Amino acid sequence: MGKTLAEKIWDEHVVRSAEGEPDLLYIDLHLIHEVTSPQAFDGLRLTNRRVRRPDLTLATEDHNVPTLDWDLPIADPVSRTQVETLRKNAAEFGVRLHPLGDIEQGIVHVVGPQLGLTQPGMTIVCGDSHTSTHGAFGALAFGIGTSEVEHVLATQTLPQARPKTMAVTVNGTLPDGVTAKDLVLTLITNTGTGGGQGYVVEYRGEAIEALSMEARMTVCNMSIEWGAKAGLIAPDQTTFDYIEGRPEAPSGADWEAAVAHWKGLVTDADAEFDAEIVLDASTMTPFVTWGTNPGQGAPLAATVPAPADFDSPTEALACEKALDYMGLTAGTPLRDIKVDTVFVGSCTNGRIEDLRLAASILQGRSVAADTRLLVVPGSVRVRMQAEAEGLHEIFTAAGAEWRGAGCSMCLGMNPDQLAPGERSASTSNRNFEGRQGKGGRTHLVSVPVAAATAVRGTLSSPADLDPVAG
Amino acid sequence: MEQFHTHTGLAVPLKRSNVDTDQIIPAVYLKRVTRSGFEDGLFAAWRNDPEFVLNQERFSGGSVLVAGPDFGTGSSREHAVWALQNYGFKVVISSRFADIFRGNSGKAGLVAAQVDEKVVSRLWDYIDTTPGAEITVDLVSRTITAGDGPDQIHDSFDIDDYTRWRLLEGLDDIGITLGHEAEIASFEAGRPSWKPVTLPG
Ligand code: SF4
Repeated sequence: MGKTLAEKIWDEHVVRSAEGEPDLLYIDLHLIHEVTSPQAFDGLRLTNRRVRRPDLTLATEDHNVPTLDWDLPIADPVSRTQVETLRKNAAEFGVRLHPLGDIEQGIVHVVGPQLGLTQPGMTIVCGDSHTSTHGAFGALAFGIGTSEVEHVLATQTLPQARPKTMAVTVNGTLPDGVTAKDLVLTLITNTGTGGGQGYVVEYRGEAIEALSMEARMTVCNMSIEWGAKAGLIAPDQTTFDYIEGRPEAPSGADWEAAVAHWKGLVTDADAEFDAEIVLDASTMTPFVTWGTNPGQGAPLAATVPAPADFDSPTEALACEKALDYMGLTAGTPLRDIKVDTVFVGSCTNGRIEDLRLAASILQGRSVAADTRLLVVPGSVRVRMQAEAEGLHEIFTAAGAEWRGAGCSMCLGMNPDQLAPGERSASTSNRNFEGRQGKGGRTHLVSVPVAAATAVRGTLSSPADLDPVAG
Repeated sequence: MEQFHTHTGLAVPLKRSNVDTDQIIPAVYLKRVTRSGFEDGLFAAWRNDPEFVLNQERFSGGSVLVAGPDFGTGSSREHAVWALQNYGFKVVISSRFADIFRGNSGKAGLVAAQVDEKVVSRLWDYIDTTPGAEITVDLVSRTITAGDGPDQIHDSFDIDDYTRWRLLEGLDDIGITLGHEAEIASFEAGRPSWKPVTLPG
């Protein structure tokens, strides 16, 4: 019997396998940021251990960094200490760090791919659950805890039990204006937030193959939101074209050897998955969340559901609680929901393609009078690319705030936060209570929906906008 | 991780049940960037009470905590184990531990010795009547011993075989993996040269 892509990558990385023990997996790339690493480095110091492979380790600053005045010392002393600790640790242990102010600084899951470090067939870990993003390249990538961060630093390996595999096959073509974000939000609402529990998921089918690398990253990024251990997409010409020529990509004869290997990284025709889900992309529409977990979503054209709409008592109760927190009334058209802040950014939708898409909708239009739009590039490179293309001028002309790179309003750890009761439309990945600031209310949306919502002030898609005059 | 064979130390009675990890170390202390220095957060709320056991001079320098049942319930924070260790505890004795707390203890090198509830009561009585009472915890024979003569308390405790083996050998998970150094090195030797690196070679 053949092997799935996940099994091929797994088998290529088993250092040791013994009866009654988890497999010991070799880790090709270990990404680090300031929040989950301090105790791990401290552990190394206490035990007199070194980082085994600093040359397979990369650190960046993202969660705590401000997106305004990033050239000044970080104002919050607790955040500043955490960032300074990372700098000290990187220097002491010889780890490459891209600090605030560096041209390669940015969200860890944006930086790896844009440097060309994220490549097919690799094992990639990071003390961050959205490490699943890197699966878009056909890499086995997953988030780990602080004890495991220390384990990888010290040994470049990780004991891991072999996961189950699942295929998500998406047939058909996404209609115009419907994005990868809508696809994955639809999937999560269909399966529930625990639907992928215990699985490495391979996304495949016509609709997936048609996606750009940026869009594939959006899909894999949100794998964790339906509980999957990792998300994967088989590498193809789109993947190779994206990687070729990037700073850390192989070149010359190495490039040829790498591509030859990568071409074999596909699920064999006779391989079997432990589970399979089939979706039809052609039926999908702009999709938004109304609740407080990423599985509480609905088409933009729908209305806010009522607890009675759910068969399961647990879900009905969850709906009731979510509506209460979100300040929503069942039956309200989602399109009538008034939004205070729109956030375009994060490791889900903070890449150059996302900014181009947002700019194409905002060109010649203005942000609604009582709405605020924050556009936050995922990395300094993305920011510079956008400025080279003049996108920042479109944003500022429309009345948006153009910021520095970082996680920003994806989570309430830096100054970009919602005020209590404030409502956002956000291109990020989590709408948990308080995620974007204490008492904040989050609707997860795609980039086109975010841009259109900023213009109209209520949840909207570009189809709802008046044509640009002239 | 240090090997643990046997430890004799001053016993500290914590006469409470259901001591959850929020009590062991409150969330406000988790903002710290270190794995050490959590001793000031240990049982922080209770330490405002001058009568609390850790505030009593006779228990200063204690290293064996004798607690009521269901110790370590609640959140999974490994900081709870670190706080106990940072304070100086080597062993916690209880009649029942929460699973995650017990797992974290095994990883970090704190011995969680599970005994019969009656043994805990006898230990508490012994500590109450004996100034400077010490308890010996022997991981080799899996026994605890306190006092001597006819009233000596001597009983067995439970700890799972794998954790006991790791503690006796002084091996944390990382230590065990480093024991497979030859396999890791030989795997590394076979890695293709085109795999990316983050530093110049
Ligand atoms: S952008 Fe958000 S989800 Fe992504 S790494 Fe930062 S905080 Fe996590």
